[in-house]
Formats: sequence, structure tokens, C-alpha cells
Amino acid sequence: MKQLLVRSEHCVGCKSCELACAVAHSESKTLFGAVLESQPPRKRVFVETDGTMNFPLQCRQCSDKPCVRACIAGAMHLDPNTGLVQVNDDKCVGCWMCVMVCPFGAITEGPDRHVVKCDRCRELQYEPACVSACPTRALQWVEVDRFAATDRRSWVDHLKEANTYAE
Amino acid sequence: MLSERSIDPAALDLLKKAAKDGIETVWDRYEAQQPQCGFGSLGICCRHCIQGPCRIDPFGQGPTRGICGATVDVIVARNLLRQVAAGAAAHVDHAYDAVEALELAAQGKINYPIKDKNKLRTIAAGLGLDATDQDVNALALEVVKVAYADMANHSQTPIQWLMAHAPKERIAVWKDLGILPRNPDREIREALHQTTMGMDADPVNLVLATAKQGLVDGYAGLKLATDMQDILFGSPTPVVTEANLGVLKSDYVNLIVHGHVPLLSEKIVEWAKTLSTEAQSVGAQGIQVAGICCSGNEVLMRQGIPLATNFLAQELAIVTGAVDAMVVDVQCIMPSLAQVAACYHTELITTMPIVKIPGATHIPFSLENADEAAQVIVRKALTAYTKRDPQKIHIPDHRSTIMAGFSVEAISAALAHLDADQPLKPLVDNIANGNILGVVATVGCNNVKVTQDLFHVEMVKELLKNNVLVVATGCSAHALAKAGLMNSEGTERFAGASLQAVLTAVGEAAGLGAPLPPVLHMGSCVDNSRIGDLVTAIARYLGVDTSALPVAASAPEPQHEKALSIGTWAVTMGLTTHLGVVPPVLGGKQVTELLTQGLTEVIGGKFYVETDPLLAAQGLITDIRAKRRALGLDN
Repeated sequence: MKQLLVRSEHCVGCKSCELACAVAHSESKTLFGAVLESQPPRKRVFVETDGTMNFPLQCRQCSDKPCVRACIAGAMHLDPNTGLVQVNDDKCVGCWMCVMVCPFGAITEGPDRHVVKCDRCRELQYEPACVSACPTRALQWVEVDRFAATDRRSWVDHLKEANTYAE
Repeated sequence: MLSERSIDPAALDLLKKAAKDGIETVWDRYEAQQPQCGFGSLGICCRHCIQGPCRIDPFGQGPTRGICGATVDVIVARNLLRQVAAGAAAHVDHAYDAVEALELAAQGKINYPIKDKNKLRTIAAGLGLDATDQDVNALALEVVKVAYADMANHSQTPIQWLMAHAPKERIAVWKDLGILPRNPDREIREALHQTTMGMDADPVNLVLATAKQGLVDGYAGLKLATDMQDILFGSPTPVVTEANLGVLKSDYVNLIVHGHVPLLSEKIVEWAKTLSTEAQSVGAQGIQVAGICCSGNEVLMRQGIPLATNFLAQELAIVTGAVDAMVVDVQCIMPSLAQVAACYHTELITTMPIVKIPGATHIPFSLENADEAAQVIVRKALTAYTKRDPQKIHIPDHRSTIMAGFSVEAISAALAHLDADQPLKPLVDNIANGNILGVVATVGCNNVKVTQDLFHVEMVKELLKNNVLVVATGCSAHALAKAGLMNSEGTERFAGASLQAVLTAVGEAAGLGAPLPPVLHMGSCVDNSRIGDLVTAIARYLGVDTSALPVAASAPEPQHEKALSIGTWAVTMGLTTHLGVVPPVLGGKQVTELLTQGLTEVIGGKFYVETDPLLAAQGLITDIRAKRRALGLDN
């Protein structure tokens, strides 16, 4: 199964993912349409930085699901079809319990005292909008093992370089 | 999908060849650029100081101001003003070169004879100079002195070229708004100053400054350049030739002129004729010169040189494998041409000190060495012909007959066959009685975001069907020429019944034996001044403001900053000005509102953005009908 993974060293902090995320959750689904909507669409990905490293952060879909366990209204739930944690907007009562327990700060306030978070673009039939929008491929929609394999190969290359230098 | 790239059959044909030959084109690079930055697309990124870059969150969750405190509308307005000033700078620089050429020609220092003495006298008289018995060269120097005085104006007085040529009603409007430009160079400098860090923070003031740049563009750029070029090279008269890459010939040396300023291309045409006998010595039948972009339009209008193609297909011209040399001057020249040319035998030749491309051969052009440079360039093409690879040659068999050369003088001359004393009367009468619903000027570029030529052609067909007369310049004119909208058959196929009757009557009276084309080719992008002159003349004849006329402008596929400055000028002239591609301003609601509505109240014109060709045609027709109603004319 593909996951939303990040090569933070490729993130230049352009925030294109944030814009694309908001547009993907707008009525019109287009940039020029979205900026004219009376209710501005909300982004669900946040480019955070400490000044040296940038990281586009969104719901990590943790398997222990603290947000689901904390939800008193049954709004935050595991969708049996997709295996993803999603919000049922009709049930959310705005108690913010999920916001407090999320270790990543990936759940935020939406309109009408409801929470919003990354839904992995479940309405879209293609890869998540933030991934499509990333100009440097820092955001990837990829199998975990493939992502890891790339890392392993890169480590081998690095080792070879180090050995060559040592000789 | 190939069909999403262009509607031009020659371009589609060559795109297949490009893929086979492994050539990367503008469309490939456009795809590689996806997705394009949303902040840039909305105009809400500021890079004017190096505390930045700053971006505003268009959805209100993130920053609402830049580091300095600039609001989103200030950022959008500053960006727009810089873009329009850059467009104006390109045209004023072009015009300055032409003034310089007229000066040196009049002094006898360069080999450029002054061809249109009538135009010289008309311009001189309009500037208030005594044009009666003066020697041509002396009079030309007087005219040059006025143009130079504008560029060196140290006072608060407005540009003389504007005051002499703009409608009085418009001048009053611009004066009231405080946007009459003084010295064009000073205004462009001021725009850069006004938009630098810690300067103007009032979006309204910035938009008015943008309108002022439109006037700089219109009068110190477009109008000045056309006037100088007409005096030097002659005012265009109707010519018949062909358009599209099928004009290249397999057994001729093919030499393409590409760019915007005719100072070099005129010489190329001249020397290609003179040296045509040398073509036989390399085994060719002769030398075929053809044009891309506005250098192409300039030599088409005055010399009847065929059009090769427009902006987006410039690389594909080389992909034919049959272009022996492509000589470029300034503006709209893709740097990628060098890479494409490297895959064929084509000599890519740059000529200007401010346009050098690694990989191209640079042959410096100056007015003093024009004949020598032109000969060297033509001979380079002859030599390259011998290096052609027959395996790589494919000339698409697509070309359309076109009639071009419709300067205001040429249109007046054609109409004078119907009314010698008042040539504009037949045109105005037919607008008044509704045979011609109105006039739309289509101008500007191709933009890779739009299927090449599609917007130009589909919108214009709809306008013609509704009896709207269309005049065109620039790459819009190329598109319409290629699509068969600039010949008599085009009138029969596409014009509404009453428009067709008028064009037939004028064509017959002018002795063409056929209708005038439904789209009149008025020249290059700087020749948008001809459209301005025509609109000014019609308004003067009727005694109304230009903003009252049932006339509109459209840039269906705008790409360049020049298109923005020309469009801004059209708005200051009081015209509704359509754009078929959304300009980077939507991030600023106040600025967007000013450009599309707010300005109308004070200036008469406005921008109208519509990205669907048929809806755009309908929108323009609605606008024309409203103006007709206001004038008391039947719809």
C-alpha cells in the first residue's frame, strides 16, 4: 500500500503543497476558482521549519490512532473500506480532544467548529494533491519498502564514495 | 495529446517529426514545469527586497502581509506595474532604435533611404512643424528632434508624441487622473522606483501608475516605432502572399527572419534578392525569405514576404530540416532555438548586443554596417544549404493565401473608392446601419497554456459570423492568416451576410475583383498603433470619445509582458480589452476589481478575462451591443 512519505532534504519550503491541498478541498477544485469562493478552503498540510530543515507535515495515519480513541462523538473513525482514519463531519462536536492528542499537530480547526485533517484526497482518483504539486518530489506517494530501498541504495553509494576517498 | 498542443496542421505534423528526431519543444518543457507555482500564478509572491521572498496565503490561514507590511493588493499591484513597465520598456527601446535610424538616414550616414515622404510630412504637420517646402532630410531631422526631445524631457510637460496624436477627449481624461506621461524613460524609471521596497503602498495609486505605463507604451513605444518605420521603409499597401511553414521550398535556400525590429530584416530581404543568383552556385533555385513573429509581419506588410509561423512553432520551423539560416533580432526568441538548431544543419544567427544565445553564431548588426552584416548572413545561409541532410527534410504541405498590408492609409485608400472626400464615411455608415456590428482588434501572442491558435481562430470565427469586423496584428494575425481567415474565400466562408456584403462592395470598388478578407492584417505588435490611429480617426469623424465606439480589443493567447502593456494602453483608450489567459492578479481582490470594473468609471475601458473562446466572443458582442445602444444605434 502506498503511503505519503517525505524526503525533507528536498523540501525548499515553497508551500505549493499547502496551496494544492486547499484547492483540492475547495468547491471548484481550481486555483482561480478557489480564491474567489466565499468560504476559503482549508489546507491540511503544513510546511514546518526550524530554520535549517523544512518538513511538510500532515496526518501520519498512526496505527494506534490516539485521535480515534480520544473522540467522544465517533466522528474520528477508521474507514473500513480504505483502512484510513477519517473525520465524519456530521458527527464532529468541536471538543478538540483529537487536536490535543495528535502528536504531530496535524488536526486543525475548520469552518463551523469542526476539525479538519488530511484525508489523503479520498475524493480524488489520483495521487494526493500535495504530492502532485511538489516541484522537487520531496512529497512522495510510494510503497514504504520502495522508499526504504531507495534509501539503502543511496547509503551504498555513500559508502562507496567514502571508501574511494579513504583509499 | 498532440491535438491539445496546436490546431495548426503544419505544427501537428512537425511535432510528430520532433518526437521522432528526439527534439524537446516548448510543449515538453511546459509539461515538465507542471505543476506551476500557485503563488506566482496569483501574483502574490514578492521578491523586491532580500528580506523576502514573501508570500501571502490566498486562503487566509497563513500570512496576510509581507515582511515589510505590504498587503496582498500592494504586492499584486506592484508586480503588475513592473510587468507593464517592462513591456513598455521593450517597445520604447524598439522605437528609440527606429528614431536613431531615421536620424542617421536623414544625415546621410547610413544606407537607408527615406521611402515615405508623405507620411513624413503628415507626421511633421501633426507635430506642428512647417512641412510644406522643406527638404526631406531636413524635415526628418526636425521630426527626430521632437522624438528625442520627448526622451530628454526634463520638464513636467507631457510626451509630445502623445499630445499630437491622442484624441483630445482622452487627453482630458488622462489629465484629470494625473497619468499623462512626461519623458517615457523617466516614467519607466519611476515605475521601478515606485515599486521598490518601502515605496507606494496604495493599490489604487499603483494601478493608476500602471495605466500611465500603458500610455508610455502606446505613444512613446508603439506609435513612435510605427511612424518611424513607415517613414523609413514605407507605409504598407495591400500585398498577397502565403502563410504557414509550407512556404519553405525544398530546392531554395530558406532564410527565416525572426524577432521584431525591421531595421535588419529589411536589409536581409534586400540582399536576399540581390544575391539570389549566387544561390545557383550552391545548387539552389533561389533564396526564399520567410518570417516568424513580428519581424515576419514587418517584412510581410511592406515587402510581401510570406509568413513562416508564429511564436509557439518557432522551434518546429527548424525541425523541417529545411531552414538554412534563422536570423533573430529582439524579443520572443526562445533560447531553446540553439539546442534545436544543433540537431540540424540550421545556422542560428543572433545579431543584437542585448540578445546573445550560446550555441548561435553572433554577427553584430549596426545601422552603419547593415549592408555588410546582411550579406554575411545571406551567404551563411547559402553555405548552410550545402550541408542539408536530405534524410532530415520534411516540409509540411500546408499554406494559406493571405492578403495583408492594411495600414490605415491602405484602408482609407480602399474606402476612398466609395467616397473620395470622406473615406471613413462608408465604414462608419455601415457600422451605424448595423451591417457591421462593431470592430474587434485581436492582438498578441501564442501562450503554451492554450492550444496553439485555437482561441484566436474559434473566437474570431464566432465574431465574424455575427458581422463583427476583425482587425489583427502580431501572432494573432499569424494564427488567423494560417487558418484561412485573411483571404476572399474566408469572407465567403466565415463572414455573416451583411459583413460579407460590405467587404464585397469595398473589394469590388477597390478593383480587387473579390471581397476584402474578413480579418484585416494591420501589422506587427508595435503596429497596434495603427489600430489606435484608426479608432482615433473614427472617433474624431463622429465627434465622440473612443470609449463610446462599438470597438473592443482582445489578446486571446497573451504570453509576453508586452501584451500586458499593449492591453493596458487599450484600456486607457477606453476599450473593453479581453484576455484569454488569466493574468497573475487574482490573488489581489481589490486590484482585480479595479482592473475589471472599477477603472471603467474613471477611464471608460476595462479588462475582461474569459478563458473560453465562444463565451469570449459572446461577451465582446454583448459589450459592443451595449455601446451601440448608448449611441442610439440599432442592435
